[in-house]
Amino acid sequence: MKFCDLHLYVSSGDLENAERMLAKSSELGYARVAVPLPPNVKEEVVHTLRQISQRSDIDLVTRVDLAPKSPSVLLSDLGRLRRRFEVVSVLCGSKPVAGQAAKDRRVDLLCFSSVSPRRRFFGLAEAELASGSSAALEVDVAQILSTSGSERVGLLAALRKEVAIANSHDVPLVISSGASNPLLLRKPHDCASLGLLFGVDSSLALKALSETPAQIVDRNRVKQSRGYVSPGVRIVREGGKDD
Amino acid sequence: MTRQVRRRYLALKLECDRSVQQYAIADSILSALLRLFGEVGASQAALRLIHYDGKVGYAVVRCSHTALPMVKAAIASITRIGDQPAAVHVLRVSGTLKALSKKVAGSFLSV
Repeated sequence: MKFCDLHLYVSSGDLENAERMLAKSSELGYARVAVPLPPNVKEEVVHTLRQISQRSDIDLVTRVDLAPKSPSVLLSDLGRLRRRFEVVSVLCGSKPVAGQAAKDRRVDLLCFSSVSPRRRFFGLAEAELASGSSAALEVDVAQILSTSGSERVGLLAALRKEVAIANSHDVPLVISSGASNPLLLRKPHDCASLGLLFGVDSSLALKALSETPAQIVDRNRVKQSRGYVSPGVRIVREGGKDD
Repeated sequence: MTRQVRRRYLALKLECDRSVQQYAIADSILSALLRLFGEVGASQAALRLIHYDGKVGYAVVRCSHTALPMVKAAIASITRIGDQPAAVHVLRVSGTLKALSKKVAGSFLSV
């Protein structure tokens, strides 16, 4: 089973830190790691990060975190950035944004960064919309680890509800580390163990750490490859000028 | 005759900047278990620290097999041991100490 971590914070400016984080991920058993990058990231930076990840035997995936204030901003961001990144996640800060992100086929991950249940907007309507598109619900383990007391109680209750809604509507679930330092990284099986806290059994948690994220990345890589036209249609050979 | 209690042994790897005392690791696992599952959950786990090597940061804990998922979740949720940031990773789980020492390569267990 190849494990993927679709959310690892690596500073593209601090290459030493990036190398340490990617090496740690590899040591813990991850084969693929997605790194959130700024929308205006330069190609050289991505190339350098890919070289670093190759040294740690990690398949680097580029990711962009969009935090739009309105659905129209989200649409313009998606049009501009979708083809530049392998994974697109949307931080849903309001109900209209969550609805738009859930129904848009260009969105891969729906994220809810707030620990307050009132500021998380994944309900039945969003699940219904997401089930018709390709968006998955992302759960960051670091969010659980970095909270405590009543804050964690609220977060776990909200996550349990969201996961139950997602399961009932066949919305895929992705569990990511969301780690910004090596001590917040956990082994894939340890992350799966934490699934118990929000009502995810071990087999579903392992799927959310391996199969589901791999499918997202593979699907997008096929779409971004040369010759791709639409699902099931690709250019095999181009005719010459004389043909 | 009552049936023997089934147990599970967990080999753990501690990541911490400084070495920690044996009581601190036992305390942090129990605290995490109490925080997440309360006193009833912690009592069901029958948790016990069997072995700890502070130099290399390896430990072995024992728990009831029915409480294994709870113990694993509690261990994964540890972010501090004592007053310093830390992480604890589960290396292997086994039903006997003998099997655990065989499973963990280059065993640190002197049993």
